[in-house]
Amino acid sequence: MVAIVDFALLAGLAVWALGIVHLRSLFGAAMMFGIYSLHCALIFVVLDAVDVAFTEAAVGAGISTVLILSTLAITGAKLEVRHSRAMMPLLITGVIGAALIYASLDMPLVGDPSAPANLHVVPRYLQGSAAEINIPNVVTSVLASYRGYDTLGEVTVIFTAGIGVLCLLGRHSRKRSRRRRE
Amino acid sequence: MSTIGLYNYWIVFFLMMSGLYVVIVSTNLIKKIIGLNIFQTSVFIFYISIGKVRGGTAPILADDITLYSNPLPHVLILTAIVVGVATTALGLALIVRIHTAFNSVDEEQIYTSKDSRD
Repeated sequence: MVAIVDFALLAGLAVWALGIVHLRSLFGAAMMFGIYSLHCALIFVVLDAVDVAFTEAAVGAGISTVLILSTLAITGAKLEVRHSRAMMPLLITGVIGAALIYASLDMPLVGDPSAPANLHVVPRYLQGSAAEINIPNVVTSVLASYRGYDTLGEVTVIFTAGIGVLCLLGRHSRKRSRRRRE
Repeated sequence: MSTIGLYNYWIVFFLMMSGLYVVIVSTNLIKKIIGLNIFQTSVFIFYISIGKVRGGTAPILADDITLYSNPLPHVLILTAIVVGVATTALGLALIVRIHTAFNSVDEEQIYTSKDSRD
């Protein structure tokens, strides 16, 4: 049953992606990207990643779409101009895709409990975190405690990006560019 | 769950390549960012698929459950989603600045207006 749901949802996701590639309307592509992100959140629920699912639904589908839409509103761009339909990009993506599929034949099957990714440090997190950290959600205890420095690094990246956005769009830089245009 | 095999990975590669195709082909900068986001989301699904354990449940500890999916990829992808939005915001801010300087978000038009200005 889970397999059927997984099959159907992933096939649907591929359809959304093709739709985004084909659409020339930028507004349409932005909205379809929102649907695509929400669809991704559904797939994360099926694959047991509930924390990731609600983050994707809130941040990926929500904030990303709002950011793209506000950029569309500021720039006033409506339609994508198609210049040429070269075969080269199709060839490049086809070759890389074939290489990736060839490489995936060596990977353990999806859901294999003895895959290397599921061994190593993970059993210790699952067995030890109840006694060591006393939070039922293992994702939370790994995020905030075992790998707390990762989260600190993430905050640093977001802070840097925030400073970058402020430098680019802050009042000072806008004034300067207006002066230059005059 | 036993019949999925490598199907998840193949769909992920398809999504990855359609994102890459948009980034290469589209000359519109906003569409390029959307393509980049598709690529990024496909990597998220790749990681979460790796962490799936057959017959497991979400990694929230309960007394009557013995088999959980791998929590580690979930943690990595939680970080990646938030960082992804931060980089998207930065990219879109750059596009807004490019638009104020060149009055266009299309690469070809930006190049031609830059040439005529020189």
